[in-house]
Amino acid sequence: MSGLALLAEAVGETRAFTFAFVTLTFLLYLYIGWRSRVRESGGFYVAGRGVPAIANGAATAADWMSAASFLSMAGLISFMGYDGSIYLLGWTGGYVLLALLLAPYLRKFGQYTVPDFVGQRYYCETARVVAAICAIFISLTYVAGQMRGVGIVFGRFLEVPVWQGVVIGMVIVAFFAVLGGMKGITWTQVVQYSVLIVAFMIPAVALSNLLTGNPVPQWSFAASDITQKLNALQVDLGFTEYTRPFAGKTKLDILCITFALMVGTAGLPHVIVRFYTTPTVRAARWSAFWALLFIALLYTTAPALASFARYNLLDTIHNRQLAELEQLQWVQSWRATGLLDYADKNGDGRIQIAPGDAFLNDAAGKPDFARPNPASSNEVYTDRDIMVLATPEVAGLAPWVIALVATGGLAAALSTAAGLLLVISSSIAHDLYIHFVDPDAPEARRVAIGRAMICVAIVAAGYFGINPPGFVAQVVAFAFGLAAASFFPVILLGIFDKRTNRAGAVSGMIIGLLFTAIYIAGNKSDKIFGTDGPLMSPWCFGISAEGIGAIGCLLNFVVTIVVSRLTAPPPAEVQELVESVRVPRSEGRPEHGGATL
Amino acid sequence: MSQSPEQQAARRAYWRANVRLIILLLSVWAIVSYGCGILFVEQLNQFQIGHLPLGFWFAQQGSIYVFVILIFIYAWQMDRLDHRYGVDE
Repeated sequence: MSGLALLAEAVGETRAFTFAFVTLTFLLYLYIGWRSRVRESGGFYVAGRGVPAIANGAATAADWMSAASFLSMAGLISFMGYDGSIYLLGWTGGYVLLALLLAPYLRKFGQYTVPDFVGQRYYCETARVVAAICAIFISLTYVAGQMRGVGIVFGRFLEVPVWQGVVIGMVIVAFFAVLGGMKGITWTQVVQYSVLIVAFMIPAVALSNLLTGNPVPQWSFAASDITQKLNALQVDLGFTEYTRPFAGKTKLDILCITFALMVGTAGLPHVIVRFYTTPTVRAARWSAFWALLFIALLYTTAPALASFARYNLLDTIHNRQLAELEQLQWVQSWRATGLLDYADKNGDGRIQIAPGDAFLNDAAGKPDFARPNPASSNEVYTDRDIMVLATPEVAGLAPWVIALVATGGLAAALSTAAGLLLVISSSIAHDLYIHFVDPDAPEARRVAIGRAMICVAIVAAGYFGINPPGFVAQVVAFAFGLAAASFFPVILLGIFDKRTNRAGAVSGMIIGLLFTAIYIAGNKSDKIFGTDGPLMSPWCFGISAEGIGAIGCLLNFVVTIVVSRLTAPPPAEVQELVESVRVPRSEGRPEHGGATL
Repeated sequence: MSQSPEQQAARRAYWRANVRLIILLLSVWAIVSYGCGILFVEQLNQFQIGHLPLGFWFAQQGSIYVFVILIFIYAWQMDRLDHRYGVDE
C-alpha cells in the first residue's frame, strides 16, 4: 500500500488510482478467462448452456451497454431534452419484444447462432449466408466504435496515445475470449456489469444528493423542482424548454426512430445469442427479465443525471465572472482536456451561454478554440461526454471516484466488444467455414477454428479502432436499421407464422435490406462517401435515416407475408420444427393431466 | 412424431393461451411507450407527477418501469402455463 501511496504523490492522485483500478479489474478478467477456458464447441459458442438466469441477465446487460450507453447517452439526453427519450425507450423497449417474441423460442431451437435458425427454418443455404454476412457487418461496425472508445479512455486517463490504448484493449479481450470463448466472455461480463453499474451510480447518487438532498436519482428527478428550474433557465437563455416534446424532431420521426431502435435491439445478433446460453427455455425468459432490470437501473438514472448535470452546468457557468470561473477547480481541469472551453467574446468580463456554436470548427469538425464564432453570442463549448465524466468532480467526490468512472467505461466497452467479437467469430467459423467447407471437422478443430477467427476479428476491430473510417458514427444507424429490416421480421414470422416459407422470407429480407440501406446511404452520403451534399432528401414522409429501419421492417413483414401466401407452404418437417420450438418440452407429460386439457 | 389428437389439441390450446398473453402485454407496451410517451405526450404534459410533466415522465421513466414489470409478468405467467399443460422442463 505504501508503494501505491508514493505513486499517488508522484504522478497525481487520479492517475495512480486509475492505474490501480484498471490493473486490478483487468487481472480479475484475466483470472476468470483462465478459469473458464473450454475445449468443446458447445462451451466455446454457447457457454455449455450452463449459465443461470440471473448471471445471464447481468452478462446481457454488460454485453448490451456499451461505452456509448455509459459515457455518451446521458450527455446526449441532456443536450436533446425530451427528444433524447428515443434512446431511453428504444434501447429498453426492445427487450420486451425479445423476451416475449424471440428469446424463449430461439433457446428451444438450440444450435449456436441466428444464421443457424434462419438457414434451417427457411431450408435455404442462401438465407443462411445472407444472415451470416449481415451478422458480421452489423457486429464489425459496432465493435470498431468500442475499440475506439477503449483507446480514448486509456488515452485520457493513462496518458498514452489512442493506438496504444486500443492495443492494450485488444490483448485483454483476446485473452479471455480466445481461451474461454462464450464461457469466458459470459463470466467476465458478469463482473464487468458490477463494475460499470457501481461506477455509474456513485457519481449520479452524489450529484442527486448535492442538488436535491435526495440520494435516489429516479425519485428526486420527479420529486425535486430541478427540471422545472431547468425549463425556466433554458427559456431565459433562448433555448426551448427542456421537457418540451418535438423541439428538434417531428412526432412521426420520434415514433419511427423509437420503433427502429426497439426492433433493432431485439434483432441484434450479439444480444440474441446470449439467450442461447441458458440451461432451459424458462431460464431464457427469466434472464430477459433480469437483463432489463439491470439495464433499467442505468437507463432510469441516466435521464435524471442528464437533467441535473445540465442544470448544474448552466447554473454554474452562465453569467459568472471570468475571475470566478478561473477559481473553479473542475471547470479548469476539464478545460485542460479540451472538452470544455469558453471565450469572453463581448468583453463584459462575464461568460454567457446561448444557442449556437461558441467556436468555429476546424477541418476535422472539432471546435477550434483559437477562433470564436462571431455569428453566435454563445461563449461556452462543452463536449457532451463531459456530463458523465465531470460529474464526480462537480459533486465534490474524492479523486478515486473519477478513476472508478474510467474503469467502468472500460468495462462497458470491453464487455460489448467481447460479445460482438464472438458473433463475428461464430459467423465466420461456424456458419460459413464449418457448415460449407468442413462439415465433418472434429470437436478440437471446430474450437481451434473458432479461436483463430476471434483473433482475426480482434485484429480487424483493432485496425478500425486505430484508423476509424470517417463514417463510424453514421454506421450505428445502419446497424440498427439493418437488424430491424432483416433479422427481426424473419425470425418473428419463422416462429409465429407456420405458413411463412423460403420465397417469402428471402424476398422480404432482400427488399427490407435494400430499401433501408439505400435510404440511409442516400441520406447520409455526404458523411459516408464524402459527396458534396446528401444525394437523397428524406423523401419518405421526412423520416430520418435513424428512423427508416421502422419502415424497412414493416416493408419486410408485408412482402414476406404476401409472397408466402402466393407460393407453396413450407415442407412438413419445417412445420414440425416450428411446432417444436413453440413448446418448452417437446413430449407432453400425461401424468400431469395436462395433455387432455 | 406420433401425437394423439388430445395431445395436439392441448398443444394448440397452450399456444393460443401464450399468444393471448403476448397480445395483452404488448398492447400495454405500445400504449405506455408510443401512446403516453410520444403520441399523447402533449395532452399528458398538462398533468404533473411530482414536479415533472406527466408525458415527459412516461417517456423518460415510467415506460421503462412498465417494461420491466411486463417481462416479469410474462415469465411468471408462462411458468404457470407450462406447468398446467405439462410442458415444463
